[in-house]
Amino acid sequence: MDFLIFKAPMLMVQASLDGILLGILFALIAYGMALQWGVMNIINIAQGDLVILGGYIAYTMYIAGIHPAWGVIVSPILMYFVGWGLYKLVINKVVDRDLFISILATFGIAIVFQQLMNFIFGADVVVAQSGYGTTMLFDNSVTLPNSKIFSAFVSLAYAVALVIYMKKSKLGRAIRATAQNARAAKILGVDTEKVYAATFGINAALCGIAGALISITLTLHPYVGLPYTVRSFMIVIVAGLGNLPAVAISGMGLGLFEEFADYILGTEFRIGAVFMLLVFILVYRRFKLSKKREYLK
Amino acid sequence: MKQKDLILYSGLIILGLAAPYLFSAFKVQLTYLCVLIVLAMTWNLQGGEMGYNSFGNILFYGLGMYLTASVQVGMFFPLAEWTESGGEKTFVHTTAQYFQGIGVGLLVSAIVPALVAGAIGYAILGLRGHYFAICTLGLGIAAGEIAGGIEIIGAGQGFTTPPFPAEIVDVEARGKFFYFLSFFVLVLAFIFVKYIYGSRFRLILNAIRDNEDKAEAMGIQTMKYKIVGWMVSAFFCGLAGGIMGGLIGYIDSTDVAFDGREMGVFMVLMAILGGKGTLWGPIIGATLFHFFKEGLWTFILGWQYVALGVLIVVIVIYFPEGLMGWLREKYPERFGEVIDEKDRKSQVELK
Repeated sequence: MDFLIFKAPMLMVQASLDGILLGILFALIAYGMALQWGVMNIINIAQGDLVILGGYIAYTMYIAGIHPAWGVIVSPILMYFVGWGLYKLVINKVVDRDLFISILATFGIAIVFQQLMNFIFGADVVVAQSGYGTTMLFDNSVTLPNSKIFSAFVSLAYAVALVIYMKKSKLGRAIRATAQNARAAKILGVDTEKVYAATFGINAALCGIAGALISITLTLHPYVGLPYTVRSFMIVIVAGLGNLPAVAISGMGLGLFEEFADYILGTEFRIGAVFMLLVFILVYRRFKLSKKREYLK
Repeated sequence: MKQKDLILYSGLIILGLAAPYLFSAFKVQLTYLCVLIVLAMTWNLQGGEMGYNSFGNILFYGLGMYLTASVQVGMFFPLAEWTESGGEKTFVHTTAQYFQGIGVGLLVSAIVPALVAGAIGYAILGLRGHYFAICTLGLGIAAGEIAGGIEIIGAGQGFTTPPFPAEIVDVEARGKFFYFLSFFVLVLAFIFVKYIYGSRFRLILNAIRDNEDKAEAMGIQTMKYKIVGWMVSAFFCGLAGGIMGGLIGYIDSTDVAFDGREMGVFMVLMAILGGKGTLWGPIIGATLFHFFKEGLWTFILGWQYVALGVLIVVIVIYFPEGLMGWLREKYPERFGEVIDEKDRKSQVELK
């Protein structure tokens, strides 16, 4: 194999570290997706656009002179209300319907979000400078931006906090009960409408955190939302609903895959590789499932 | 009834043939309309009749577009040099070369996408419901991203399709040529779809939509029919793409060919707007949509995508049965459904 990455072992280390740190971020978005999918049975195509919107909130703070790292606190709070409003406006009408309707409706939302962000923030690629510097490893052959390390730690902290919240709090219990059986939960006095709104809000808040982190580690652009949706969708399919360690691991796996694809195929094929991986995963899953079905014969 | 049909169809054909002379300024728009109707009608074959909601028919559309242009250039000139020069006037097609090229190109662009659909059909069509929808969405976008990285078809800078031969002095000729080409494809697609609507094939597709496992248990080889259904869609999508490539004159990987944000959504939206699973629904839906788009786009310049997104949400949530579904609810007798008045009353009382 005549690729640079196989000749230089340090490049491999670089790609692996980048991939893992990026993967933790993807896992956070995917956890939000798993939450709403499991509780409300909705596939949200606008997930990635919520992420980008969260990123633009942090970017706006950066423009206003506040350090963008504060975005990881402000952005989720604002995004919670965005998610809540979105639920009250549109999502509550698609909860009990066919999944295709939710896909198409959220696709429409995604288009609206993209265009509005394009109007407000412009079509340029932007990045919020965190000024955290970089860490050099192995005789300066591996460079690691500190912002990436920061983002991985923040993601982990929020994920742990969320898991504890879901286990201990009253709302968390109500959400889990609704996910198990919405009707039974309703009979036992859970206000499912409120639970759905809160779930969608929490999902949007998670997207807000991820977006704020993306604004300092990667770049923002109004039209790059869809790849994030697809990444989180992939992670959820591979990991299953509600299995957090598996979500984290498959997120890191995806991060690794992307970084290596970037080096081997070239950056112009990076997004293409992500979408092709989606197709391959779905097709693999289909053949695995069809084998399972054949036992019944 | 038969005679009424005959009058209707001959009227439509005469209207279609006369349209470029009647509305001479709108030839390009009329060509778009024909292409949109073809796309909506063939999307409906699997989205509406088969129940496989695909976001990825844009794959075949874009494939057809690139294939037609590539064949048209490649038959006479080296393709790589053509794209490198950005379609500069170093190579010029003669009139005969142009029409030969586009003829062969369209043939290829119809057959190859259908073969591609057949080849990937077994793997992709095994997916059910929303997994199929997301997978095809991924396919369409992946195709655009990959095409944007391939040098020989112009990569990111795009591909200029051969210009209409300059030897033809008539300025109207180009518009007329593409209009009649698209109208011919439209008639072809309509006859084909109409034939399918009267055949056993449609019943099988409906059986797959309503309950695939049951259909399989009844002894229908569902996979075979699903693949054939998809191939039909791919065939016409490829043709439509080929025509559009020639009409637009410039192919960009993500903005023109594999344009999931526009064409890919339009075809789904038009079919739903008119009514999924009916013969006339997609045609009416596409016509309405096109008028809405062309009429409103210019007034809300810059906001058209916001309007499009809102339109999608509103149609999907409040109007999922479409126009034909609504009419069917209102006037069921017109659709050949016999309603027992007693039964209808008792149903109302139950509510």
